[in-house]
Amino acid sequence: MEEKVKLTIDGKEVEVPAGLTIMEAADSIGIYIPHLCYNPTYKKFLLPSSSCRICVVEVEGMKNLIASCSYPVSSGMVVRTNSERVQKARRVTLELLLSSHPMDCMTCEISGRCELEKVAYELGVPSSSFQGERVNYPIDTSNPFIIRDYNKCILCGRCVAACAEIQYNNAIDFSNRGFRTKIATAYDRPLQESTCEFCGRCVSVCPVGALTEKMRRGRGREWELKKFTTICPYCGCGCTIELNVKDNKIVKITADPFVGINEGSLCVKGKFGYDFISHPDRLKMPLIKKDGKFVECRWEEALKYTADKLKELKERYGPDAIAGLSSAKCTNEENYLFQKFMRAVTGTNNVDHCARLCHASTVAGLAKAFGSGAMTNSIAELEDAKCILVTGSNTSEAHPIIALRIKAAVKRNGAKLIVADPRKIDMVRFACIHLQHRPGTDVALFNGMMNVILKEGLQDKEFIKNRTEGFDEFKKVVEKYDPQIVERITGVPEEKIIEAARVYATSKPAAIVYSMGITQHTTGTDNVLTLANLAMLTGNIGKESSGVNPLRGQNNVQGACDMGALPNLLPGYLSIIDENARKKFADAWGRDIPAKPGLTVVEMMHAARKGILKGMYIMGENPFLSDPNANEVRKALEKLEFLVVQDIFLSETAEYANVVFPAVSFAEKDGTFTNTERRVQRIRKIIEPPWEAKPDWQIICLLSEKMGYEMKYENPSEIMAEIGILVPSYGGITYDRIERKGLQWPCPDKNHPGTPVLHREKFTRGKGLFSPVEYIAPVENPDAEYPFVLTTGRVLYHYHTGTMTRHSQGLNEIYPQGVVEINPEDAVKLHINTGDMVEVSSRRGSVKVKAEISERPLPGVVFMTFHFKEAAANLLTIDALDPVAKIPEFKVCAVRINGVRS
Amino acid sequence: MIKRVEEKRILMENCVAVNLKTAEKRIFTSKNIAFLKRRYPRLKLRTGEWLPFESPDASIEGYIKKGGYKALEKVLKMKPEEVIKEIEDSQLIGRGGAAFPTGLKWKFVFKQTEKEKYFVCNADEGEPGTFKDKVLLDQSPHKIIEGMIIGAYASGASKGYIYVREEYFDSTRTIEKAIGEARDKGFLGINILDSSFSFDIKVVRGMGSYICGEETALFRSIEGRRGIPEVKPPFPTTSGLYKKPTVINNVETLANIPHIILNGARWFKSLGVEGSFGTKIFSISGNVKNPGVYELELGKFTLADLIYGLAGGIEGNRKLKAVLPGGASTRFLTKDNLDIKMDYKSLKEAGTSLGTGAVIVFDETISIPRIVKHLFDFYEEESCGSCVPCRIGTKRISEILKDIIEPATVKVGNLYGTDGANMNYLTKLKDIGMAMKESSKCGLGQSAPDPLLSSIDFFSNEYLALIKKVNGRKS
Repeated sequence: MEEKVKLTIDGKEVEVPAGLTIMEAADSIGIYIPHLCYNPTYKKFLLPSSSCRICVVEVEGMKNLIASCSYPVSSGMVVRTNSERVQKARRVTLELLLSSHPMDCMTCEISGRCELEKVAYELGVPSSSFQGERVNYPIDTSNPFIIRDYNKCILCGRCVAACAEIQYNNAIDFSNRGFRTKIATAYDRPLQESTCEFCGRCVSVCPVGALTEKMRRGRGREWELKKFTTICPYCGCGCTIELNVKDNKIVKITADPFVGINEGSLCVKGKFGYDFISHPDRLKMPLIKKDGKFVECRWEEALKYTADKLKELKERYGPDAIAGLSSAKCTNEENYLFQKFMRAVTGTNNVDHCARLCHASTVAGLAKAFGSGAMTNSIAELEDAKCILVTGSNTSEAHPIIALRIKAAVKRNGAKLIVADPRKIDMVRFACIHLQHRPGTDVALFNGMMNVILKEGLQDKEFIKNRTEGFDEFKKVVEKYDPQIVERITGVPEEKIIEAARVYATSKPAAIVYSMGITQHTTGTDNVLTLANLAMLTGNIGKESSGVNPLRGQNNVQGACDMGALPNLLPGYLSIIDENARKKFADAWGRDIPAKPGLTVVEMMHAARKGILKGMYIMGENPFLSDPNANEVRKALEKLEFLVVQDIFLSETAEYANVVFPAVSFAEKDGTFTNTERRVQRIRKIIEPPWEAKPDWQIICLLSEKMGYEMKYENPSEIMAEIGILVPSYGGITYDRIERKGLQWPCPDKNHPGTPVLHREKFTRGKGLFSPVEYIAPVENPDAEYPFVLTTGRVLYHYHTGTMTRHSQGLNEIYPQGVVEINPEDAVKLHINTGDMVEVSSRRGSVKVKAEISERPLPGVVFMTFHFKEAAANLLTIDALDPVAKIPEFKVCAVRINGVRS
Repeated sequence: MIKRVEEKRILMENCVAVNLKTAEKRIFTSKNIAFLKRRYPRLKLRTGEWLPFESPDASIEGYIKKGGYKALEKVLKMKPEEVIKEIEDSQLIGRGGAAFPTGLKWKFVFKQTEKEKYFVCNADEGEPGTFKDKVLLDQSPHKIIEGMIIGAYASGASKGYIYVREEYFDSTRTIEKAIGEARDKGFLGINILDSSFSFDIKVVRGMGSYICGEETALFRSIEGRRGIPEVKPPFPTTSGLYKKPTVINNVETLANIPHIILNGARWFKSLGVEGSFGTKIFSISGNVKNPGVYELELGKFTLADLIYGLAGGIEGNRKLKAVLPGGASTRFLTKDNLDIKMDYKSLKEAGTSLGTGAVIVFDETISIPRIVKHLFDFYEEESCGSCVPCRIGTKRISEILKDIIEPATVKVGNLYGTDGANMNYLTKLKDIGMAMKESSKCGLGQSAPDPLLSSIDFFSNEYLALIKKVNGRKS
């Protein structure tokens, strides 16, 4: 039972649970104590610093007044919250504070939300009766995101604590002392020269106008802004954000600390990368290419032209000469409609999307091992794991908010973090073991760990016996992978493999977190199966804070897969070769569904190049930059007879189109996104789209109508209702239920609360299946001619092919161009310095790019991002495919590096 | 005048170093004793017994010869509870200024179930006018070390730190050397004196900040963080250094421990008076003939005994004006308080406190507002800046005092009092002083206004005279 404490506050007897602060106890009986530096809103994250001394109260028997925000109640305490003595002390303290505050509230951005203003109002203190010196610091406007005016700072320390204890970044701290105390980075350099990642959490907790968003300056007073809750359009984390809108313009983005998986945290993209929405280059009208030039036209014309063209192609070459790329950036409803359009209207299964390029091997691998290809556990659970194995995921850059959970697990709860990654990524800072293996040797590495686990008897025998099958064949293979042998393959010292195996097997629950470093290989499916083996071997599945957790790259890549925007699977992962499944959809849609599985993304490009594929409909994707071997992609796109692209900008791919449809962004339409933890969340139409741009779902409906198949929906909730009928795991998901908080599928009926942890009692496929997996080397290995391994990935400040982030001014300013990371050892041999231009070439192409000498990659390995068209990594990558999942090997190819004379 | 005080302060510290050789003698020299005997005919001065400050010997051989580490041997045969009981019975209270019962502190930490505990010696002696710990560090390092080992044994700590004030270069070296010697002899390290008890001490040099003498700021400083006080509770006994239960004792407190263990609580209580048992080392400075360190039984002697007896009276035989009895952060006493007994209770009753036992004496030629301004220059410099009343309060008080005292140097022009109301300045000073005293986060801000507020109580005429001059100049 909870211990209770009796005390008297302002003459009222009150009984409260022990451990409460005086302020909380007072609050429980409706007594308000003014406070400034402490804000109960942030209670979970920030401890009171008790530095403003506004919340002081009188306690009988105590010599001085005490800060009620932090002082715990005790039995028999007699508290006076508003005596004359208290009032006087508060007043003088506030006047002291105001005596050093620029009283420019008339023009202060924060006015209306300012907590100092609020306290001054509550205490009735209009100005200070004290005079004297004030601090006079120059206002720092040197970075694109945050204006720092420390003349307004009240030194509450919230920003310092947020940076250190929520973001684990430690970019800022108190500097100097006494009256000269100031928040500063190391050596008081500008933020952009510190470890700051511009997550903006400091801005969101700042009680005064010391930290403000640069982009909101002069664009609206706090009380004029309307807040609308929606979901961030960037990565698969699926953070809940609030758009602050005035006059149909987004003024700033904030996050509610009580809502969503992010609990108020955002990354730089989510917080500041929204100006692409109002970018002048947004597509405003449909375009038709006439004589090699795009001409604006009316919708009617563009739709009719497209429908006629598609019909013509279908008649002339058959439906399989047309293919469609759906989009992981679009909503579930749109993906559902798109694949319905391709299957029912066009009559082909040639529909795929970029999941092929990121997690096709996850879908294939986990479906084989467990029965469903999705993150087995939830994001929040990571915080309570005892051990986390992060592999092939640059979590802090690609999934920053999930990285926060992992960091919290380590820093707050003492979890052990193992990072297995060829690069020394930032997560290594938090890790107890870093296994820096050679790119493409994942299977060997994890087989080595499992070899140790078996040898030392650390496996979960009960779990293996009761819940799995195929163990014996698997064991035979793993027994061959002695750590000594594995050391020779992976380059990871034997002791480290043994240590990692012991830590993972003995700290339970242990979670595996992985991403594209695992999947984007010709052995992608094998890699995934190996991780599934590892989790099953130690019984780390079907329990909270454990599991195998693929981090999906795009905001709705999970949903796009769920919706069947895949050439071999119908919505809800029903196989296209299953006759009953086909019949179910054929009945619902009133058209026959072709039985032949369609082409995957890379296969489509191959087919187009060969002239087999004649027409393509691409919705919100940019294969020109995202697909491997871009030179070949260009040839393929050029060769198409007819290409329709639907996007918000004229992307690199759209340049090749015959027709371009202007679509709308996430802020201009209704719908749902399914994030990486299978949570279906609501996005909303908050602002009006530019000119004639239309939501993707409407465009599909209109086009379908022109093609002679009626799709009539008033709004996306009706599409969701149709999905609910056809996809059992979405059966219980309606817009009403997810108005405030999303639901995690499977959610089969209206009363189902959603499923945070999969495979609890039994696996989706019954028993978990161990797969014997042998190590196979990558397709292209370095040789004398191309001596380096190129591996690719993302950076924090950019996203995917840059369609959105390259149209965000701030993000471009802070990270303007791509670089190639080269290990210092190699740089010395090549006589290359940071900032030098180099030419990186593979057998498929070459790019000129700036070099950055970095300890992150191993010697012999170089790293590039794929965001920049000016230095497109995918001109170099190889389009060799995983035989099962058809995912290309983005992560390993051989390149050569030459200096470029300027 | 200000300058003179400053010189004096520096001189005083030098003075200690110079006079150290004679310090011991001074307590017992015929001249001083003769004076005390005249005043207290029936007084029996104790000699030959071990008091914290007696028989200094920095070398381990000398210390052992005089019975050093005997208390440790005795303690290792006792149970920790018994050791704590002995200290509790002695009613020893902390000598660092806050006067918390030492035994109780040990007991709190002993009762904590955490495995890792720390024992910290606070040797960051920074209170203006205080230099007693330096003498102990220099002359009796082993007594402090022995006290720490005993304390650690009793409270269950396995790691110790001595946080020495940065400016005490020599003391740091002395204590480090002593720790090395003690380790060599098996008094420190694993299995001390072949017992199952292990304990070791690390010396940490202070970061040159007054606030680092505050216990939570001191912990942060050891941890390598910014030295600012933390929110209390939790108190160090439950969550101190590295968030573990921690005992933190002053140097002088620890120097008492071996004596209490060897001679027993009853012996200790035979010294001093009820509520203030034992002896106290006083550092006397200011306008006295013989500034220095003196050890006296608590409550047996008056302020006059200290000033006129031990310290040889006021320089130039001038008249006494004021005394800060327990360091710079205590309330002033005046010549009316000369007969006050020097112990915790009596000084508390007089509205001030014994503090660190630093008696600073001011004669009739000293301007009190100038002294207070001098002190506030110090506080303004040393305020950590964490809480509002102290950060801005010290600044504003300093500015107002400057305005009154050196109006010519104030560029902005005079802050208040243009309406001719002389009390305006004093009201502002009192308002800020009270807000600081009542609402500041730690002891620095809470006690810094004490000399200011008491000086306004006792010497308001001096302030008013200055203010009148300022207003005269303005009009």
